[in-house]
Amino acid sequence: MSTLIDTTAEDARSSTDAVLSVDDLNVRFPTEDGVVHAVRGVSFDLRPGEVLGIVGESGSGKSVTSLAIMGLLPGSAQLTGSVKFRGRELLGLNDRQMSVVRGKSVAMVFQDPMTSLDPVYKIGVQIAETVRQHDKNLSRQAAKARAVDLLKLVGIPNAADRVDSYPHEFSGGMRQRVVIAIAIANQPEVIIADEPTTALDVTVQAQVLEVLKTAQDETGAATVLITHDLGVVAGMVDRVLVMYAGRAVEKGTVEDVFYRARMPYSIGLLGSMPRIDAGERQRLTPIKGSPPSLINPPPGCPFGPRCPLHYAQCDVAEPDLRQVDGAGHVAACIRVDEIVQTDADADDIFSKDSSDATLAAAAEIGERAEDAVHIEPGALHDPTVAPPIGGATRSDEAAARRDPEERA
Amino acid sequence: MTSTETPAPEARRRGAGAEPVLVVRGLEKYFPIKGGGLLRRTVGHIKAVDGIDLDLFPGETLGLVGESGCGKSTTGRAILNLQPATAGSVKYNGRELTGLNRSQMRPLRREIQIVFQDPYASLNPRLPVLDIVGEPLIIHKVVPKAQLRDRVNELLKIVGLNPEHNNRYPHEFSGGQRQRIGIARALALEPKVLILDEPVSALDVSIQAGVVNLLEDLRDRLGLSYLFIAHDLSVVRHTSDRVAVMYLGKIVEIADTDDLFDRPAHPYTQALLSAIPIPDPQRERARRRILLTGDVPSPANPPSGCRFRTRCFKFANQLDDDQREKCVNSDPPLIDRGNGHPSACHYAEAMTLL
Repeated sequence: MSTLIDTTAEDARSSTDAVLSVDDLNVRFPTEDGVVHAVRGVSFDLRPGEVLGIVGESGSGKSVTSLAIMGLLPGSAQLTGSVKFRGRELLGLNDRQMSVVRGKSVAMVFQDPMTSLDPVYKIGVQIAETVRQHDKNLSRQAAKARAVDLLKLVGIPNAADRVDSYPHEFSGGMRQRVVIAIAIANQPEVIIADEPTTALDVTVQAQVLEVLKTAQDETGAATVLITHDLGVVAGMVDRVLVMYAGRAVEKGTVEDVFYRARMPYSIGLLGSMPRIDAGERQRLTPIKGSPPSLINPPPGCPFGPRCPLHYAQCDVAEPDLRQVDGAGHVAACIRVDEIVQTDADADDIFSKDSSDATLAAAAEIGERAEDAVHIEPGALHDPTVAPPIGGATRSDEAAARRDPEERA
Repeated sequence: MTSTETPAPEARRRGAGAEPVLVVRGLEKYFPIKGGGLLRRTVGHIKAVDGIDLDLFPGETLGLVGESGCGKSTTGRAILNLQPATAGSVKYNGRELTGLNRSQMRPLRREIQIVFQDPYASLNPRLPVLDIVGEPLIIHKVVPKAQLRDRVNELLKIVGLNPEHNNRYPHEFSGGQRQRIGIARALALEPKVLILDEPVSALDVSIQAGVVNLLEDLRDRLGLSYLFIAHDLSVVRHTSDRVAVMYLGKIVEIADTDDLFDRPAHPYTQALLSAIPIPDPQRERARRRILLTGDVPSPANPPSGCRFRTRCFKFANQLDDDQREKCVNSDPPLIDRGNGHPSACHYAEAMTLL
């Protein structure tokens, strides 16, 4: 894996080298309740052969980003910004022009293999269709032979026989292998895999991820891997982009983000993951509240309402991505310098006790219940003054106060 | 089986030494497969649960894990008599539950409750929260009408919801909040045992952590026992005192949590653990991964002998023909083979994977 990319040269190289360049992508969906601003200014460059992971929770805009790149959003979606494949603008192309790009230059692996294959056509026909779409001179026999080869490549036993099966005769993992075979059929330069293993059991997920690695090796394609599973990201990708409320809030190499996360949301996300390698049983660190509505979001940091480091300044303007640590590692938080200085982790920032009843309820609903048993630690401070990080004093005080009630 | 084993170091396990509240023996649940003809005769059976034994001790969390279709949810439902068991016995505090009809079962439902997986499907969208959480209180006539609202508000507070929102409808809540409503409803009758059927699987990680912590707090505060059904072993590691691993309707391994994760003995448990990604790039990339071949066989026609042998790496790569014969011909019982805990593999051997 090319995890040791010379990141200092990133900015200079990126625009020229990148196979796929997304710049200030915005997607808006008009709805009855107002305009949903699902993707808000996402930018990234994908270099040849690189694997970029996009992580975030449901509704953070990761899938919409991938569909926007592929030109698969419904007509009502309003797109601005730019998506360039090898310097050629893809946004604004009509369906006919896009169908030359799709599959050949940029291919996609969808989440649900149960619905992404056509149930009335044989597997082989569906693969051959993809091949012949981009190579009209290829004979049917040759296309079918290619389909068999591809099925072998993705590890389908008895490929020569199975090529005449229908999707319903395949299990979920097998179907996802077929979807991957279709994606790599035309040696694309970019593969976008949108939650490729989310619908699968873990043992099957492990198999399919291996297939995906094989597919990358075979085609040399750069890959965008969209997932909510940080474990999959840790094993598969070179660089990570963390999305929250339609924005990129942190970008960096996989080591940057996993070992030196600087945006409180990324830190919290890592801290809230239950881990099978956790020795002692530890309490999980939840992030209180839930993501904001993307209809008319208030100004300021979208993570503010859930962030323990939040103070008045956070609500003034949405923070831009700022340089932290090494080059190429950016995080969108105005207190990022303090976080770097203290090297804060999830335990420092988030309170482990926050599952507790009234506190969590008040936070989640965005108001404070009057009869709250617990006092929110942050409330001790003047809201215009930044609360300290690492808040040993703060959370200890609060914990001490809470303790007697909890034990009762 | 668990009452005789030596206590875990530090005696961390809750409920050790006490009488189990729930005793499951030889539980079977078969679903008939009907033929396509006019008479729709039964042509076979899906053996969703095929003879399992479990003990649930007071105050403990027993994790029940496995992949989709292994029968873990069916086990939960059969225990509650939501789907009558085909055979076997389920005893709650010594009282047999199988074979009870609805009205006989009703008083016992105060004691054993269930939290369902999908908080979008398990709450009636046309009832406000007050009615959803209050319904069990009305059915069981445990609270006078005048106090109903107070009791519901109290329950909402316990699960971390704002009581002022008791007149809202489920669609006005987020996924995590809905799951809290489902938990409040299950707690309404002050049960002793909760069956949690994938309670956090539908939630995002940051929300999931809050619900997991809430469940732990409630167990400790209210003295509940949990049967925690999940496919996510990392959640189970955080929540459970003991873990039972299911494969094709049978328990293949059961152990104290740390024992299971540190020294898994059954090849399926080993493969399962090695397949779970760890959110740590260096560790994740340095790991040895056991890849299983193929998919879970159909529970209508499970393989002879050991059910796992068709996917077993040990069977395929490490055993000779004589040894394999045993796997093909005899179903390995769930017993301790010198690994410190019971596992259902003739050639069980503890392995360190994490």
